[in-house]
Amino acid sequence: MRIFVCIKQVPDSAQIRVHPVTNTIMRQGVPTIINPYDLFGLEEALRLRDRFGGEVTVMTMGPPMASDSLRKALTYGADRAVLLTDRFFAGSDTLATSYALANLIQKASENWGQPDIVFCGKQTIDGDTAQVGPGIARRLGLTQLTYVSSIDEIDPSHGTITVRRRADHGVQVLQSRLPAMITMMEGSNEIRRGRIEDALRAASAEVVQWNAAAAGITDLGHCGLRGSPTVVKKVFAPPSREEKATLVGEGAANPAAVANDLITQIFARQPVLEGDLMHAAARH
Amino acid sequence: MKQNHFDAIVVGAGPSGNAAAYTLAQRGLNVLQIERGEYAGSKNVQGAILYADALEKIIPDFRDEAPLERHIVEQRVWMMDDAGHTGMHHRSDDYNEDKPNRYTILRAQFDKWFSRCVKEAGATVIYETTVTSLMRDASGWVVGVHTDRNGEGITADVVILAEGVNGLVGRTSGLREELKPENVALAVKEMHFLPQEVIDARFNLKGNEGVVIEAMGTITEGMVGTAFLYTNRESISVGIGCMVSDFTDVGQATPHGLLDRFKAHPSIRALLEGSEIKEYAAHLIPEGGYRAIPELVGNGWLVVGDAGHFVNAVHREGSNLAMTTGRLAAETVADIILSGGSCSRHNLAAYVEAVKDSFVMKDMKKYKDIHGFLKKGRHVVDLYPRLMNRAAQTWFRVDGVDKKSKESTIVREAWRARGIGGLMGDAFKLMRAWR
Repeated sequence: MRIFVCIKQVPDSAQIRVHPVTNTIMRQGVPTIINPYDLFGLEEALRLRDRFGGEVTVMTMGPPMASDSLRKALTYGADRAVLLTDRFFAGSDTLATSYALANLIQKASENWGQPDIVFCGKQTIDGDTAQVGPGIARRLGLTQLTYVSSIDEIDPSHGTITVRRRADHGVQVLQSRLPAMITMMEGSNEIRRGRIEDALRAASAEVVQWNAAAAGITDLGHCGLRGSPTVVKKVFAPPSREEKATLVGEGAANPAAVANDLITQIFARQPVLEGDLMHAAARH
Repeated sequence: MKQNHFDAIVVGAGPSGNAAAYTLAQRGLNVLQIERGEYAGSKNVQGAILYADALEKIIPDFRDEAPLERHIVEQRVWMMDDAGHTGMHHRSDDYNEDKPNRYTILRAQFDKWFSRCVKEAGATVIYETTVTSLMRDASGWVVGVHTDRNGEGITADVVILAEGVNGLVGRTSGLREELKPENVALAVKEMHFLPQEVIDARFNLKGNEGVVIEAMGTITEGMVGTAFLYTNRESISVGIGCMVSDFTDVGQATPHGLLDRFKAHPSIRALLEGSEIKEYAAHLIPEGGYRAIPELVGNGWLVVGDAGHFVNAVHREGSNLAMTTGRLAAETVADIILSGGSCSRHNLAAYVEAVKDSFVMKDMKKYKDIHGFLKKGRHVVDLYPRLMNRAAQTWFRVDGVDKKSKESTIVREAWRARGIGGLMGDAFKLMRAWR
């Protein structure tokens, strides 16, 4: 099986700091990580490769330092890494990003063959749009299987795939044809710890690096800021919430009475909640 | 097979490991460095002061690229009692030189840079991989390492253990004893963020100038230890450390309790005012001194840096000893391998000789008795700072008492506290230990 996995290098949102004085995001010193949602796709890709053979190519568009994330993906066991990097891509929104990545995938297909599956992250933790995967699928005419919680069956020879997809009110079992673009749900698997051989190979492997021209992208009007209709109007730190948690009835002689009193107060404000809870309690 | 054999494996990517791996790679050896952290520096904690000399001998033009915070132009040494401090300040414009001698650094950034240099020099570096044990042949000769990743072990002509104070491999492989509480200090530190201008104004600094404060006294509650405050560009590192054995045997305080008290001390509080704490870290420091240095070489292995207990606690030097021992080990190994020799204990002993010839062992040896002196004479960390502050106050207060009486009061108080025998004994023992 030939599988492409699109990843993105993102700042580790758990470690982002807001400058105490200027209130701006301090990027310096914030570690970068592979977008966590992408890892579910990568692991699924590695599992399919281990089962059916073939190869996993991991790719990204980003600044030169994004090669760190690609190298890390190699450490997990990916076979090849490709970085699309060019100043023309700076400032890309999801439209421009999916344009660039779709072209990257096409170019990679010319080099290493058409993929059976393209995995993308469900969304990124820094943009949160969940648009790039579907954008790629649309541009390349791939079947879209988003929010997949598991791949139940796959038949490479017939080019069919059956997946479970999380929908608004339940789980859909979908059968479709390959090639497909799949985004995996979080928790659907757990990224492996690469073998020592993978770690060694990754440390000295060459990350394939293409600029726009090398990836065959000539229409730069679709790229970067120029190709991005989305405009960031304003960036602000959300105000901290007004209400604060308070400690009530500390050291009270009768905590149960304090709790009872509180619940009565809450129910007085939330009669529907009371009804629901009473109803639920009655059923048990 | 070929891919899994290296000339040398360096375990750890701290100052000693990076110095060793860089030097080996520069000499053209095929070297593998294995770091357990997610990146070099992710596990490393230090105050941190970088002493230029040791790094200059490895990367002469490091100043052009290394992430440095401030160069030190002022050193303050404080003896503290509960109300204040008495101290010595040394500041000189001479330190504003083309190639400053000491810098404050942020280890997470600095180590990353150093690690990048190692890779650019040609070493293979893998992260998030823990060396679990040494691979030995039938005769016990070390021939490689096993890691916590699935797969085969990796072989090499020599393994350089730069695994830090708490190094697992050396201990589990029986090269080194379990750490003794009386040979290791536990230090905690916090990073306090403040705008650069505020730090400049508070410490009378301009440009990249920086200040270092080292303090001892009642702040450690009778335990043997010191506290520090270092100015970085936009933050202040503040910390305190004491011998682990003292935390259990002498003091009642917890490390962070001591740090909270130090930060609230009238001499320190105002320096940190309005800052925001962003990081909290703790680390062990091997402070057992000369007598705690373990076996340094064997067939197929050598030990460098903190793992070799190379810390000069009196002068707060460690990373420079680490880099120097790392470099010396690498030079020894390179000489042996490039001349077709084997990395036997006998051949590797040249490393031990090189360390002995350097400032590293000379300094370690000079202070070999300080450790024992402090262990027996804990009063020096508590009583003498108290006396000193009392004496200073008696001396400087103008209160109608004549100077001669003041002098007698000062002498009498010292006398009463320690007795003539005690005072002379302490002086004698300290002098001996200092020599």
